[in-house]
Amino acid sequence: MEPCQFTIHEAHQRLIKREISALELTEAVFKRIDAVDDQVRAYITLFRDDALAEARRADELIRQGDTAPLTGIPLAVKDILCMKGTRTTCGSKVLENFVPVYDSTVVKKLKDAHAIIVGKTNLDEFAMGSSNEHSGYYPTHNPWDLTRIPGGSSGGSAAATAADECIAALGTDTGGSIRQPCSHCSLVGLKPTYGRVSRYGLVAFASSLDQVGPITKDVTDCALLMNCIFGHDPKDSTSLSMDVPDYRDALKTGLDGLVAGIPKEYFVQGLDEDVAMAVDQAIKRLERQGMTLKEISLPHTEYAVAAYYIIAPAEASSNLARYDGVKYGFRDTASGDLIDMYRNTRSKGFGAEVQRRIIIGTYALSAGYYDAYYKKASQVRTLITNDFKGAFESCDVLLGPVAPSAAFPLGEKLDDPLSMYLSDAFTLPASLAGIPGMSIPCGFSRDGLPIGLQILGDHFSEETLIRVAYNFEQLTDFKDQKPNLPGSETASATNVL
Amino acid sequence: MKIAKEEIVHVGKLARLHLDDKAVNLYERQLDDVLSYMETLNRLDTRNVLPTSHVISVTNAFREDVVTESLEPETALSNAPESEDNTFVVPKILE
Repeated sequence: MEPCQFTIHEAHQRLIKREISALELTEAVFKRIDAVDDQVRAYITLFRDDALAEARRADELIRQGDTAPLTGIPLAVKDILCMKGTRTTCGSKVLENFVPVYDSTVVKKLKDAHAIIVGKTNLDEFAMGSSNEHSGYYPTHNPWDLTRIPGGSSGGSAAATAADECIAALGTDTGGSIRQPCSHCSLVGLKPTYGRVSRYGLVAFASSLDQVGPITKDVTDCALLMNCIFGHDPKDSTSLSMDVPDYRDALKTGLDGLVAGIPKEYFVQGLDEDVAMAVDQAIKRLERQGMTLKEISLPHTEYAVAAYYIIAPAEASSNLARYDGVKYGFRDTASGDLIDMYRNTRSKGFGAEVQRRIIIGTYALSAGYYDAYYKKASQVRTLITNDFKGAFESCDVLLGPVAPSAAFPLGEKLDDPLSMYLSDAFTLPASLAGIPGMSIPCGFSRDGLPIGLQILGDHFSEETLIRVAYNFEQLTDFKDQKPNLPGSETASATNVL
Repeated sequence: MKIAKEEIVHVGKLARLHLDDKAVNLYERQLDDVLSYMETLNRLDTRNVLPTSHVISVTNAFREDVVTESLEPETALSNAPESEDNTFVVPKILE
């Protein structure tokens, strides 16, 4: 096994036993990036020199007896999280030369844990998209099939992790942007409860929905990264001031006594046959492991896409008002007066999808339409949240698919926004309700494309999700399967349905 | 049509976007699809439902009123397209 293929905990064991140095590990990751990233295109910016210098420092710390779990571990960070002194583009031409003057709280936590940040990963512009095709730079390709999307908007973080171009990564999830790419790339992804992780320094898309979370090769790594990033932050007044025990405590076998709800609205027409089969088999496996299954109903599920695609663009249209060519970012200097400068700057700077969402959001908030769109959507959000509250009275978790199909081909939905939005149907409800959701690998389609199982839980129940995910992982070998990239020495998926 | 061309141009002005004819034509078709789909929400009776603005029951996040470090003016201006004398420079707004 190549060092770049290690999980965080595997790399950590070898680091503290001095079987490998942090420098060798980081060099192995960059060697892998050099070999495959011209095909995958997961990164926007790389920090080769800084990362190697950090790795040398980590080796010094390890020599002095540092055995902390992230010391010397090469990680990738979605390029929407500010990192002091290095450009943060948000996948937008507007911020092509933007260099943040402070660290986001999560980046600071990674640095304080002596993790090594190797680069910033590609994304749909301002995290608006489900395919990474809306990046202002170039689309990222799915390492499992380079002709397909990696998912979005954290597609770069997912593709980098799946292609072993990092050991693990951070993503952000507003409507499924961690869970869906993890499902498409055979990875473990967790969107924490809204407020669990600080949003300070996360460039805002939809502030009532955005959350930062881990993208990892296995469930143990998910717990390790969560241990590092969660917690109250005085700089984010929506962050929760609740104590959480060590998430590693949730990595224990046994599911007896847990009740899993199976929402019938997640198994509807339009769900791909291979996805339905893989998810169904996963649920049966968990039942054999001691979980009690219960069919339930979340009756407002079908309204989530419409509600989300009003609320999120409305918040985005307000948040993105700041890109006016004055304080930072691109300015169109050829313009005449101030208003012209604003309009030309924004129209030249933003890509089509961002402009589309700004128009939808501005329209939904404008005089005469506010009640019909924004207020209505916010009321439906309450109904969706109440569906979950009802379900969690008798269920510990809910199980279902992450996405209605495996990764679709690049270009397929690019000119049809509604069809792209509908692909988020199963991840949006949890986002609207602010509950935690996880994606874990549960099989492959007949074409060898990864399929994810979604685990949802009540507010603050990340430990239960991690426990269920960990138990499932013990029953399967999906995490040992690697994409067969050209230039890669690893075996391709063999365990197809 | 759910949304007329003139409305797209108007909303574009509100959002400080400059939309050319090509963009207006494209968005007209695409937004018509999207806004028609939003109509499905009208099937739900929400007369007695409170809207959600915050999903977690946290109110009044207080902190001690103490002075903390803030950015130096030069730092705060370091990304400005144009600045002068510790201020952001914009095109002239008064003749």
